[in-house]
Amino acid sequence: MNTKVNFAGIEMKNPVTVASGTFGYGREFSNFFDLGKLGAIITKGTSLKPKSGNKPPRVCETASGMLNSIGLQNPGVEYFAENDLPNLRKYDTKIIVNACGSSIDEYVELCKILNTLDIDGVELNLSCPNVKEGCMAFGNTYEGVRKVTSSVREVLQKPLIVKLTPNVTNIAEIAKGVEDGGADAVSLINTLLGMKIDINTRRPVLANNTGGLSGPAIKPVAVRMVYQVSQAVKIPIMGLGGIMNGEDAIEFMLAGASVISIGAGNFVDPYASIKTIEGIEEYMKKNNIENITDIIGKVEMN
Amino acid sequence: MAEQVFAELMDKKEIINGIYKFSVQADEIVKTSRPGNFIEIRVTDGIDPFLRRPISIYNMDREKGILEFIFQVKGKGTEILSRKEIGDKIDIIGPLGFGTFSFDKFNKIAVIGGGIGIFPLYELSKEAKNSGKTVNCYLGFRNKDLVMLEKEFTDVTDKLTICTDDGSYGESGFAIDKLINDMETEKYECIYACGPTPMLRAVKKYADENNIKCQVSLEERMGCGLGVCLGCAVKKASSPEDSPEYFHVCKGGPVFNSKDVEF
Repeated sequence: MNTKVNFAGIEMKNPVTVASGTFGYGREFSNFFDLGKLGAIITKGTSLKPKSGNKPPRVCETASGMLNSIGLQNPGVEYFAENDLPNLRKYDTKIIVNACGSSIDEYVELCKILNTLDIDGVELNLSCPNVKEGCMAFGNTYEGVRKVTSSVREVLQKPLIVKLTPNVTNIAEIAKGVEDGGADAVSLINTLLGMKIDINTRRPVLANNTGGLSGPAIKPVAVRMVYQVSQAVKIPIMGLGGIMNGEDAIEFMLAGASVISIGAGNFVDPYASIKTIEGIEEYMKKNNIENITDIIGKVEMN
Repeated sequence: MAEQVFAELMDKKEIINGIYKFSVQADEIVKTSRPGNFIEIRVTDGIDPFLRRPISIYNMDREKGILEFIFQVKGKGTEILSRKEIGDKIDIIGPLGFGTFSFDKFNKIAVIGGGIGIFPLYELSKEAKNSGKTVNCYLGFRNKDLVMLEKEFTDVTDKLTICTDDGSYGESGFAIDKLINDMETEKYECIYACGPTPMLRAVKKYADENNIKCQVSLEERMGCGLGVCLGCAVKKASSPEDSPEYFHVCKGGPVFNSKDVEF
């Protein structure tokens, strides 16, 4: 049985990764299990300079999910390189840095620094709904996505994955911008923009009024979008959105994802990613699947 | 170090209307917990409610490995939790929080709590008193019907003052006013507070203005409780209004020096 996947030139021991912003820089989870069991770790969204994030309240629970408006709080790439990367490197897994910026120049500057670091790939965050500048502002048109992607592609010497927002009308068209911009892969979906109102105070619960919805509540939307993107582009897909276990992961892979990420599930069950790896192996055994790559995109439409 | 345990519910009791005390067997958590630590409970294997519930630790029996927590039924999650039966296993992660109560440096301390915020102060009072400190405690409640744990707190403090907002039990008025009144004669070296935000603000204001050491246990809406989602932000007092910086309640806290935070 072979669970290995070559994703965008990154050799992963299995298709299970942990999503940006749900795993920090790994430290907290190393209490629970050997991080070397994961296919890859995608770091917290990291920017050129430190960001302190949005005002609280930043999170709230919703039906089968949660809203967040963290605002990309992170210590900046220099701090990451000095303090977090050496620790992450102790584990036998691939490290992909989620990179965020507020202008093309900033993305390019950041990627020049990332070139110099011992990392396996970069996930370009064009999809955070909680910051005013950059990110989703680039991520919601074909041209915006193509332009940032190609500007970064020119300087970045590592595998490039671009993470998309689902808050668009035609996800397949946006994904083409990633492919045409020269990226190696696309990841989707980031969170869906949402809002929760406290009926007693008559105010939104989040200080930022709106936030990104994640968790099992968004899974059907994510599966549909992964499928649509798989029909539109040739580059491989990292699928995420509400995955809690092996069955969810298989669903994404059948829809067309080569690898998957566990996101908010990590908050609820620190072992969710490990259980997902085990669940995938069980499914393979039960269905006599020799190579996990054999199921990618194998959904049969009605 | 936080661990996940499936702790057996050994005893449960509704101490007043809608407020439950659970005793669980949780040796691994009790071994390393400090007063002020909290736990996160997953009330269902399903996906709704989705997140874990952060709950403070009320009492620990370190010899028997028993952990006790008290919670109020407020919504769907706590309602499901309240229906667990003796013998059930409860999915708990803990101990959580690196900011805990510390009392080694002081000899005479004041502990002040309000409403359902009083629970983590029990283990603090007990451990402080057991290590020879003088512990005077002030607990505030809205009215007589909401007064709870009077005997329990009496047993672990040197002096207990119960206050009700409407004067229907104990002293009339706010606990913080009684504490301030006593300050001149008692000369507390540190104040420890947990309770509703208006009370915590009043305690912080008094302590900071009078240069008295003060540790507050804070609450904020939490995502993971583990320090990764960065949801439960609380403003660093040293940071400017126009470019605020933040601690996180689950990681830097839940207990902070009052001077370090703004809330």
